[in-house]
Amino acid sequence: MGNEVAVLGVGMHPWGKWGRNFVEYGIHACQAALKDAGIEWTDVDFCSGAETVRNGYPGYVAGATFAQALGWSGARVATSYAACASGATGMNAARAQILAGLCDVALVVGADTTPKGFLAPNSGERWDDPDWLRFRLMGATNPTYFALYARRRMELYGSTEADFAKVKVKNSRHGLTNEYARYRKAFSEEEVLNSPMVADPLRLFEICATSDGGAAVVLSSMEFARKHTTNPVKIAAISTVTPRYPSTVIEMPNMSTDSAYSVAVPDLPFRDSIAAAAYEEAGIGPEDMSLAEVYDLSAALELDWYENIGLCKPGEAERMLNDGETTIGGRVPVNPSGGLACFGEAVPAQAIAQVCELTWHLRGQAGERQVEGATAGITANQGLFGHGSSVIVTK
Amino acid sequence: MSQAKTRVPAIEGWWSADGGAPHLLGSQCSDCKSYFFPKESMYCRNPKCSGTKFDEVPLSRTGTIWSFTEHYYKPPEPYIAPDPFEPYTIAAVELSEEKMVVLGQVAKGVDMSELKAGMNVELVLETLYEDDDNEYLIWKWKPLAD
Ligand SMILES: [Zn+2]
Repeated sequence: MGNEVAVLGVGMHPWGKWGRNFVEYGIHACQAALKDAGIEWTDVDFCSGAETVRNGYPGYVAGATFAQALGWSGARVATSYAACASGATGMNAARAQILAGLCDVALVVGADTTPKGFLAPNSGERWDDPDWLRFRLMGATNPTYFALYARRRMELYGSTEADFAKVKVKNSRHGLTNEYARYRKAFSEEEVLNSPMVADPLRLFEICATSDGGAAVVLSSMEFARKHTTNPVKIAAISTVTPRYPSTVIEMPNMSTDSAYSVAVPDLPFRDSIAAAAYEEAGIGPEDMSLAEVYDLSAALELDWYENIGLCKPGEAERMLNDGETTIGGRVPVNPSGGLACFGEAVPAQAIAQVCELTWHLRGQAGERQVEGATAGITANQGLFGHGSSVIVTK
Repeated sequence: MSQAKTRVPAIEGWWSADGGAPHLLGSQCSDCKSYFFPKESMYCRNPKCSGTKFDEVPLSRTGTIWSFTEHYYKPPEPYIAPDPFEPYTIAAVELSEEKMVVLGQVAKGVDMSELKAGMNVELVLETLYEDDDNEYLIWKWKPLAD
């Protein structure tokens, strides 16, 4: 297959809340990934950073910041920003360099350190910035959007608060032994349902926190990989698609959608189109997936993703969950890492961390949470302002 | 003695109450007739249309609820929350004519338990926040009696 690149190495810094310099988390992840790949930093041709917007200039030029911290080596460098999808965009930049034959080995890294509480917009009055206006004009927080999707499921499919709580319960058990997870505590359904209501129907324990963390992957050409290892895990697809006009599902941070008045809605809504593009590129489908890592910004949103990535038909996600199909040991475990429920979100690192997790499972190195016999997995994620992110990793 | 405060829009040019009932102001591409809210004034977002001319148009002042949620925690700035904080409800409403969804808070006094997807609502103007001199108005969605 001409479009494959090898995942030569993966590495992460544990997720947590320490408020230390993001460079520390990123370099820890880089060193782990380089060691895992069995190569030196000076072997890296291209350093692809995923940007953090909360750490001033060093964050804006993350690729160069990490390259300098590792020691200027003359490697080429780039930095990507696509909000929560930044990591996927960074991996895609690296993949393109490799597939174009411009480099053999690339290091992709993202790390963040985060403030307490809700993610708030940057300060200052910005009357032309939808991310500022949604807070100012109606108090539409991130949980607002997650809650609208959750309530929509309840109205359309009769989903219950207990269904949403069960997602959290499942993920909390998955992440229990994950040394990189920030929260390692098994929640009961009752505990989740007794946590304070934040944005009805979503409760505190069902909404993803913000975290510090760092993740890195070493990608290489298949030819380079064959010289360094046997049977490397491969990246078969990276989808970074944007929506198609008109996109009529309300998306963060917008206060409105496109209009379908003069142009019919596309066959696939945006979130479905993200995974569809990845499947098309990889030449395999949802039935071939052994596991998935999806962006559970809320417990209820994980259920939407089951449908968006084609694991089941619309309205069937609750049945899949309740039948244990998405629990480790089930047909297609979802978020065996514990997901955002156990990690919290470290924006530029998260899409890279998803790929680290799939890689460990495909290599049989995931320890107690191992999905047995895993041969292919998919990640799904979405960044503000129309950034799709889906990666398919195969054996 | 309390003096009546001046009622001013929380943001200029996003709605009008001219001619009686309040309605949002959108823009419509002169070429492909696509609607936009907030108003688009530079480039038509329809990828098959290269329109750059837009007419300001009133949008439907009624629609149906797509989804809704009530908030129990004070959001961060720049939201200006009353002290003490009061929970508020937000609805996503599909405008039937324009086939687009517009968010807005739900009118005061409406209990979230009264809401359902598909319910008909209309646009009203209410106070979003106030200071010593002014009341700042914003659009909100209010259920229509059947
Ligand atoms: Zn047009």
